[in-house]
Amino acid sequence: MGLLSDPNRRRALIGMLTRMPVDWLVRTMQARGLEVYTQRFSRKLPFPDEDKERYMVKGTNVYGILRAPRAPRTEALVLSAPCSPGNENNQAVGILLGLAQYFRSQIYWAKDIIFLVNEHDLIGMQAWLEGYHHTNTTGMDWSPLQGRGGSIQAALSLELSSDVVTSLDLVLEGLNGQLPNLDLANLFYAFCQKIGVLCTTQGKLPRNDWDTTSGYSHAVQTMMLMVLKQASSRPWGDHGLFLRYHIEAASIKGVNSFRPYKTDATTVGRLLEGMYRKLNNLLERLHQSYFFYLMPSLTRFVSIGYYMPAFGLLALILLLRALDLWVQLSSPPTRTTEDGVEVVPASPGVLSILTPLVISHLTGVALYTLPVLSQELAVEHFPVSETEAVVLTAIAIYTAGLALPHNTHRLLAGEGTEQGWKVLKLVAVLYLAVLLGCTALINFSLGFILALTLVPLAAFITPHVPKTLSAVVMVILSPGLTLLFAVFFFQELQETPVTLQEGWMLYLSVISQGILDHALYGSLLYPLAALLVYPCWLLFWNILFWK
Amino acid sequence: MAAPLALLLIVAVTIRAALFRTSLANLISERVEVVSPLNAWKRVVEGLALLDLDISPYSGDVFHETPMVIYLFHFLMDYAEITFMLADCLTAVALYLAVKDYNKQVFRKQKFALEADRIPMDCLELIRSPTEMYYIPLKVAMFYLLNPFTIVSCVAKCTCGLNNAVIALFILSTMRGSALLSAIFLALATYQSIYPLTLCVPALLYLLQRLYIPVNVRRSSFWFYTLQYLFMFLGSLLVLICLSFFLLGSWDFLPAVYGFILSVPDLTPNIGLFWYFFAEMFDHFRLFFLCVFQINVFFYTLPLSIKLKEHPVFLIFMQIALIAIFKSYPTVGDLSLYMAFLPVWNHLYRFLRNIFLVSCVLLACSALFPVLWHLWIYAGSANSNFYYAITLLFSVAQVPVCLSPSLLSSRESSSKTALFTHSLLF
Repeated sequence: MGLLSDPNRRRALIGMLTRMPVDWLVRTMQARGLEVYTQRFSRKLPFPDEDKERYMVKGTNVYGILRAPRAPRTEALVLSAPCSPGNENNQAVGILLGLAQYFRSQIYWAKDIIFLVNEHDLIGMQAWLEGYHHTNTTGMDWSPLQGRGGSIQAALSLELSSDVVTSLDLVLEGLNGQLPNLDLANLFYAFCQKIGVLCTTQGKLPRNDWDTTSGYSHAVQTMMLMVLKQASSRPWGDHGLFLRYHIEAASIKGVNSFRPYKTDATTVGRLLEGMYRKLNNLLERLHQSYFFYLMPSLTRFVSIGYYMPAFGLLALILLLRALDLWVQLSSPPTRTTEDGVEVVPASPGVLSILTPLVISHLTGVALYTLPVLSQELAVEHFPVSETEAVVLTAIAIYTAGLALPHNTHRLLAGEGTEQGWKVLKLVAVLYLAVLLGCTALINFSLGFILALTLVPLAAFITPHVPKTLSAVVMVILSPGLTLLFAVFFFQELQETPVTLQEGWMLYLSVISQGILDHALYGSLLYPLAALLVYPCWLLFWNILFWK
Repeated sequence: MAAPLALLLIVAVTIRAALFRTSLANLISERVEVVSPLNAWKRVVEGLALLDLDISPYSGDVFHETPMVIYLFHFLMDYAEITFMLADCLTAVALYLAVKDYNKQVFRKQKFALEADRIPMDCLELIRSPTEMYYIPLKVAMFYLLNPFTIVSCVAKCTCGLNNAVIALFILSTMRGSALLSAIFLALATYQSIYPLTLCVPALLYLLQRLYIPVNVRRSSFWFYTLQYLFMFLGSLLVLICLSFFLLGSWDFLPAVYGFILSVPDLTPNIGLFWYFFAEMFDHFRLFFLCVFQINVFFYTLPLSIKLKEHPVFLIFMQIALIAIFKSYPTVGDLSLYMAFLPVWNHLYRFLRNIFLVSCVLLACSALFPVLWHLWIYAGSANSNFYYAITLLFSVAQVPVCLSPSLLSSRESSSKTALFTHSLLF
């Protein structure tokens, strides 16, 4: 690895990487004996991204394939390094090229290795993956890939900002809360132990005193960080997009803090070489270990068998409440005909709840479509930028939904009966139970956080509880404010607490990132919250104000 | 009642037309719960393409529908969406008219029973008034047209919509007492998928009762009528099969359609019970279990017809439900046909204690099907066991839905205590 041991050549490399030097990369990779190809892509974001300052994204991915000397070209491994301007990730490409040169001279490779340098991090990665797998789910414009390497078995993404590191952070959370197989994390950790590199998760240093109170609380904080990251449904590293294609992937971030013991780039290179040799020896895809887990530390995990019953008990509350309402509805002796109500609306007794259902869902559809569609209109009339317009429109529609019950009651002529709200509550409780169940199966953390806040209010809301107190509690437990508290909590857990002002700006940027993630990569958080969770919450709001 | 029915038809057609225009149509027509290898639209298009190239559409194990369907779409290819919407509307109208006739008969029987003082005093709350029964046909049509399963099946252009239309016309012609039309429609339905064969028995029972011929194996009038009906049915079936032969010029539609339905070679996951079993079965036992599973569909006909002799319409409902649960390649379109009948017996729901649990389970399973499919196929975190668990739960939940009302209604004429005892079992 001669490139990295010379500081002058390293500095020259840093200087060249302020924008993507496609030609230089192609030449360098070709000089190392790889088959090099490029892919152009372009995408117009629905509104400008203020965090990364981009709107019309055009870029090029460069990738080189190291062909296995004696194996058929059926399987591949990917090593990727996102190339971003500035100092953010300025060492990773260097290590990638150094590894490429070293790997080329070895004879034990049984799978092709693809060295990928993607531009505009996640957008470029999405374009490359879509091109590789011939799918087009997000409407991006990319040129077809000229060279392929077979089915990808595993991938690692590197993020290194300095040439010496004190620890390597393993990032596992992917798009829509999907996680790679636990075997990949265990593999990396075991190998780090062997080499003697410190490996962390969630950026928190591991502790040995896990049976004391402070050690326990540290573990809980680490786990809560993972829960919050998983619930946000965004990919927390370039690896997050691989998981959707059933490719086990993880991101490795190098952290350079003020600890005395530092690891140099050569050791990091040896570590990665070891990882790739291990992945090279795999006979099948990693599938033996858990796919659903939560990690309080790298040595301990909570499996789905432990955490799902907690969620099951919360869902049970909803089912018991539904059963209670059903019994109440079928027992009054005077009613004879409309008791056999099924969830498919048919008899006139169920038709009355159709109005709140339709109106809540229409508000949800408005919350989903209007912010992005009406950004030009908002920018004309108000002195805000497009991103702010989108986010503020979303918040405005969300708050406007609170005024609904006072208006819809004028539309429903004489529907305010005791029977009416019970039927509505039965439907709403069952709807919430099925929604939370399906969400928890796909993304457990999101389902659990929503369940924690929505189940208590679903169980206890009736028109007869004190209105102002319940209204305040309902608004506090609503999905929008849950997100706000989650943002503050997340910053606390990361030991970078923010003031109210900064927290609010962070909240606005989280909303805009959520909308962008949905448009760019297909994240499900924004459509789920706008089209399903928010209307469900509105139904309970309607029940509270039932006359 | 024509105006509400017309309004319902317009609403249903609007919903379907709106969904046809969105991108959801492509998404829905790929779902395995909605289409099966037998009735997927993609396969019809493949078969038509092969036919245009003068190759037999059954070569290559792609197309498994009957020759009449392929010729129908040969002429109606450009109007496919309208055809399916029309089929749904036809089914709804046929069910509406059939249930109206049925209600008239039930009311008449009730009146005679009241006049003859044969109803005990404590069963008076089971007596139904004309005002209650007035809306039932409209509810049946609504249950069929606005059922999400039907809408999804229509948008996916699944040919089981055509099968449903034929079965609905068969039910209508049976209710009207026309034996020839009933036999012809039943032959059409059997020709398309073999299982409606079991509907022969309830149709016979109904027609015999309508003509006041006693259902007694020792009477010659019974045998005379039965043989007439069977002759018409088998004759129509033979005519259809020979017509198919002449349309395509070869007999290879027989193994491709009927051989496929009976021998289940394609194990694509669906909402039925066959695929998982046969995926893990040793070849040595395959034939045995195949016979067991297929007999399961036909086996219940005889005991049920003996038990529900007096109630042939319930028997039709139960047979359709059993076919939808136990057939080799069920889809949600098959379910929607028997679910449409549920409002006819809504006066009995008060006595069913588990209808709430069962409907919750059905709702939860319908929501969980796509989630677990995604987790199995796309995310790779689950496996086929999860999906089959939901399939099993779905089938198990459907059984009380079809079983309880029928058996309860057979006890309608007995006392209330017997009804409650019976309801405790379900």
